[in-house]
Amino acid sequence: MAEQEIIAEPVEKSHDKNEVVIEIKHLKKSFGSKEVLKDINLDVHRGENVVVLGRSGQGKSVTIQCIVGMLIPDAGTLKVFGEEVAELGEKELKELRMKIGFLFQSGALYDSMTVRENMEFPLTRVLKISDRAELDSRVNEILEAVGLSDAADKMPSDLSGGMRKRAGLARTLIIKPEIMLYDEPTTGLDPITSREISKLILEMQKKYKTTAIIITHDMDCARVVADRVVIMNEGEYLAEGTFDELHKSNNEIVKSYFIDIS
Amino acid sequence: MAEEITIPGWKKWLEDIGEQVTFFTRFIRNIFVGGFEWSEFVRQCYEIGYRSMMLVGVTSFIMGVVLILQLRPTLVEFGAASLMPKTLSVSFVREIGPVIIAIICAGKIASSIGAELGSMKVTEQLDAMDVSGANPVQYLVVTRILATTVMVPILTLIGDVIGLFGGYLALNLTDHMSLSLYATKVIASLDYTDFIPAFIKTIFFGLAIGFVGCYKGFHSSKGTESVGLAANSAVVTASLWIFVIDAIAVQITSLLFYQ
Repeated sequence: MAEQEIIAEPVEKSHDKNEVVIEIKHLKKSFGSKEVLKDINLDVHRGENVVVLGRSGQGKSVTIQCIVGMLIPDAGTLKVFGEEVAELGEKELKELRMKIGFLFQSGALYDSMTVRENMEFPLTRVLKISDRAELDSRVNEILEAVGLSDAADKMPSDLSGGMRKRAGLARTLIIKPEIMLYDEPTTGLDPITSREISKLILEMQKKYKTTAIIITHDMDCARVVADRVVIMNEGEYLAEGTFDELHKSNNEIVKSYFIDIS
Repeated sequence: MAEEITIPGWKKWLEDIGEQVTFFTRFIRNIFVGGFEWSEFVRQCYEIGYRSMMLVGVTSFIMGVVLILQLRPTLVEFGAASLMPKTLSVSFVREIGPVIIAIICAGKIASSIGAELGSMKVTEQLDAMDVSGANPVQYLVVTRILATTVMVPILTLIGDVIGLFGGYLALNLTDHMSLSLYATKVIASLDYTDFIPAFIKTIFFGLAIGFVGCYKGFHSSKGTESVGLAANSAVVTASLWIFVIDAIAVQITSLLFYQ
């Protein structure tokens, strides 16, 4: 296994900083003969933003898909809020998923519904809210928070890439999850919109007090949002630390990620 | 590195059968889990039923006209021209109407459902629904399969009436028969053994069309090409199922009513 370079203390938060909400030990996952995750170990503490960097195909997305129970690991331990995800029944998994928000790379808006209907979908189906006034209040609040108040009645096809990401983020946050998993939130966006999304992630984390894992290739995004950065290489964690600590690393692979960073 | 494992075709086929059974079980279970999506069900009935009505109507009308034009020379040759309303109504209500309309619906509805759900899979909408704790099977699958199960029999009834009316107009191209006499002859020539089995099999046609469309869409792989494949495969498989169900239905009907 590659040497773990720098172990940083999690950033202090106002609430229980020592509570480990996601605990991953010796996680392994293969697809056919391809071993994607070889030995993943990671603890994520309450309230921290962990950015996962790595080249394409290194298993970053597979890791967060295992966290939310979309994929079942072949071996190892993966606990969320102390519960082993792979051992949860359908009902328990649904309850766990209500505490986790997952922002997909594309935003994954339901394209047959307006933005408002997209926001209402998890409220009515997951939280079972039927009161019109409460629905409107929560939808208006979240759309205002992400700057999409004017787009409530638009269809997803009428939105720009950045707006779709904002709407996807709003739909994920509307059920007030405790953990947010971001799968390449700034991919495909121009640098200005990417920066806006990165700031929005940070604002939302402060506002809703979420714990987050952010998978990205965008170093600007990592610099803005990360409390801690983890670098994955060939299915294993290569190094971890704060952005500045890794920036000063002597490891050649780690250095290659920061080559364009001044 | 481990060697690439090649799965034989028959194993893949068996796996597919197993997945279909599992998917059907999930569909049945989700009908009864509570929180039925009435508004989505009504919307699907509109999309599937109302929006298919023109196509079904035109096709049935043409089939009625063509059947009379084809039947007439033979029946006239045997001096049985007066049997045209009976021949048309029995053949149309028992067999031609349900099967042709179901095939039309397979082409329009199964492909549309397969492409829609396949597209949702490719754009991660199904995954998003699933990981949010919502139930995509209840919202997308149950509503669509039940909508096709309800609407295909209704479309067939409407198509039967339009097809028989087309036959009446075609009959009047060469002969003269009043609408009331034609209607009387049609009604007199049909009894419940023509109507009930045909109606019941259209329920199964609708079920097969909805199920195949949803299954193919849900199980499409993640690529734009797979959306087209899901739509195409849904039409072919649903059409095949329609003929299989029809063959079984004819056997059961023969045993029950025509022995």
